[in-house]
Amino acid sequence: MAHRNRRAFPRGSFPPCLIHRVDGIFRPEAAGPGRFSKASRRACPNREKVAAREMASRRRLTGEICLADEFILETHGLTKEFAGFFAVRDVALKVRRGSIHALIGPNGAGKTTCFNLLTKFLKPSAGQILYKGQDITAMAPADVARLGLVRSFQISAVFPHLTALENVRVALQRQHGSSFDFWRSKSVLDRFNGRAMELLSDVGLSEFANTPAVEMPYGRKRALEIATTLALDPEMMLLDEPMAGMGHEDIDKIAALIKRISAKHTILMVEHNLSVVANLSDIITVLTRGQVLAQGNYAELSKDERVKEAYLGAGHA
Amino acid sequence: MSALTDDTIPVTPRAMRDEMMVFGAMAVLLALVPLTDIYPFFVMQALCFALLACAFNLLIGYGGLLSFGHAMFLGTAGYCSAHALKVWGVTPELGIVVGVAAAAALSVVTGFISIRRQGIYFSMITLALSQLLYFIYLQAPFTHGEDGIQGIPQGYLFGIFNLSKPTVLYYVVLAGFLGGFLLIFRTINSPFGEVLKSIRENEQRAISLGYKTDQYKLLAFILSGTLAGFAGSLKVFVAQNASLTDVHWTMSGEIVLMTLVGGLGTIFGPVVGAFVIIAMQQYLAGFGQWVTVIQGVIFVACVLTFRRGIIGEIAHYFRRSL
Ligand SMILES: Nc1ncnc2c1ncn2[C@@H]1O[C@H](COP(=O)(O)OP(=O)(O)OP(=O)(O)O)[C@@H](O)[C@H]1O
Ligand SMILES: [Mg+2]
Repeated sequence: MAHRNRRAFPRGSFPPCLIHRVDGIFRPEAAGPGRFSKASRRACPNREKVAAREMASRRRLTGEICLADEFILETHGLTKEFAGFFAVRDVALKVRRGSIHALIGPNGAGKTTCFNLLTKFLKPSAGQILYKGQDITAMAPADVARLGLVRSFQISAVFPHLTALENVRVALQRQHGSSFDFWRSKSVLDRFNGRAMELLSDVGLSEFANTPAVEMPYGRKRALEIATTLALDPEMMLLDEPMAGMGHEDIDKIAALIKRISAKHTILMVEHNLSVVANLSDIITVLTRGQVLAQGNYAELSKDERVKEAYLGAGHA
Repeated sequence: MSALTDDTIPVTPRAMRDEMMVFGAMAVLLALVPLTDIYPFFVMQALCFALLACAFNLLIGYGGLLSFGHAMFLGTAGYCSAHALKVWGVTPELGIVVGVAAAAALSVVTGFISIRRQGIYFSMITLALSQLLYFIYLQAPFTHGEDGIQGIPQGYLFGIFNLSKPTVLYYVVLAGFLGGFLLIFRTINSPFGEVLKSIRENEQRAISLGYKTDQYKLLAFILSGTLAGFAGSLKVFVAQNASLTDVHWTMSGEIVLMTLVGGLGTIFGPVVGAFVIIAMQQYLAGFGQWVTVIQGVIFVACVLTFRRGIIGEIAHYFRRSL
């Protein structure tokens, strides 16, 4: 019955046939008869593809956006315990597709730990992570990256003895196979040079193309890291303090870059520089002692007493 | 491991042309050896160890993995080739294939066991596995325990090359060495090599780019073990025996030593290191037990004063990659 009137459903409520997917977990028994449930009964590895295809076709058919589509990333009760100490506790995060979502909080609040959990560099002690409606809680970090959820690191992570161009090429190379070919000359990688140069010039690094990353100034390394991440064309990027340690000019450049790439990529970023956060982010989640303290846009949060206290208490402006 | 590999790579972009020129010079010089007074047996032996050290270097210098059990590949290939040649009476080329295949199989198994471990744990596991193998070879009847397999027939390679002639044998060993060396050189400069280097430089970052780093490290391990086995098979024709010394842990240590002395993570370093160490053993043989002490001193001096090794220091001085 709902099929014909799907457009009539208000945002946030869903036709019953989609409910089984709303929380991102596949429950084939919850699905009605038909193509979809048949597909979802197939072996696990196919589920994600089938789901994506189904979702795309449904979207085409109906023009409706369903929940898993609206939020690209969701966590439920995400918790990480280090020997009795809760670095992250019961965090429920929802990142809207296409938004710039900032994660802020005083030092030691658990922001980086959160990132490590989301990208599976750490195993959660409890909770669930859904990316594009798919449960990724048990996945390996490399697989998460392959799904298009790619992170950068708080401590600049480049390949120091590779040139800037080579750094970016390593990322480009992964998607195009041939990475196990030990018998071929690396000159086959030259076909990525054009794209790599494009990415480098996007972040203002053209003249550094042949400079080993180790010889680049700190700010440039951060920019190189972003270029390398962008090379994967990830649907969602997690940036951990992308501007830490940069001068004013570089900050403006990177802020402009982030704004630009947010047109095509969802961004979740940790940042201490509040003016950057204010300018860039659509929504902000405040984390303290591993827990979500508040969430809202900058105007709302700057009025929030608890947020002020948390920041003043930790010695921030 | 990174403490060992830091700084070993000159920071100028790798110039493959330099390397190819040095390679050409090395090949010509080695080809001229039989025309000189140099004892060919010594050079052949050194070439086998040079290939072994190069294979080892592929793993540590480019993959950042310090294997402390590489003798197991040398010894396994040696025993298997020797057994096939002597007992089964196969042709030399088949003898080599048997040895290399055995080393490859062994590297697949040991690689699966060890590759997930990081740093010192990886080294410990490779050491433990090679010790395990040592005791198996000590007990197994086909190795003849302490006696080893002696008097291995050399035969005719491909039915043409008479390996009992020193000059013929020399060129065959040289060809084997150069072939193995080129394969390693290509591997380092391949798409795979690029990923391997990125893993050595920053494994977490490589993972975050979607690389399943264990698989790349495993392939590097298998390539390294197989090539080390090839060196072991060649050595059988030179020494005409296969014995426990080749699987002993001191051999694994010597491989590390050769690579460090020559220059970790340099292309030609392990070759130079192997020649230096083998020459020392040859010419200082008169000092008996003292050779070990002298080697120890050199090792310490190397680590303390020229960390980059002979070739590493030269390359660094000229800011070239060698
Ligand atoms: N591997 C670990 N073992 C034990 N405790 C840890 C570990 N990693 C992080 N912690 C602790 O968890 C807490 C949160 O750390 P985290 O790095 O996530 O903070 P953060 O919000 O990123 O801080 P900063 O703004 O300084 O980067 C800290 O108290 C830290 O000491
Ligand atoms: Mg942090």
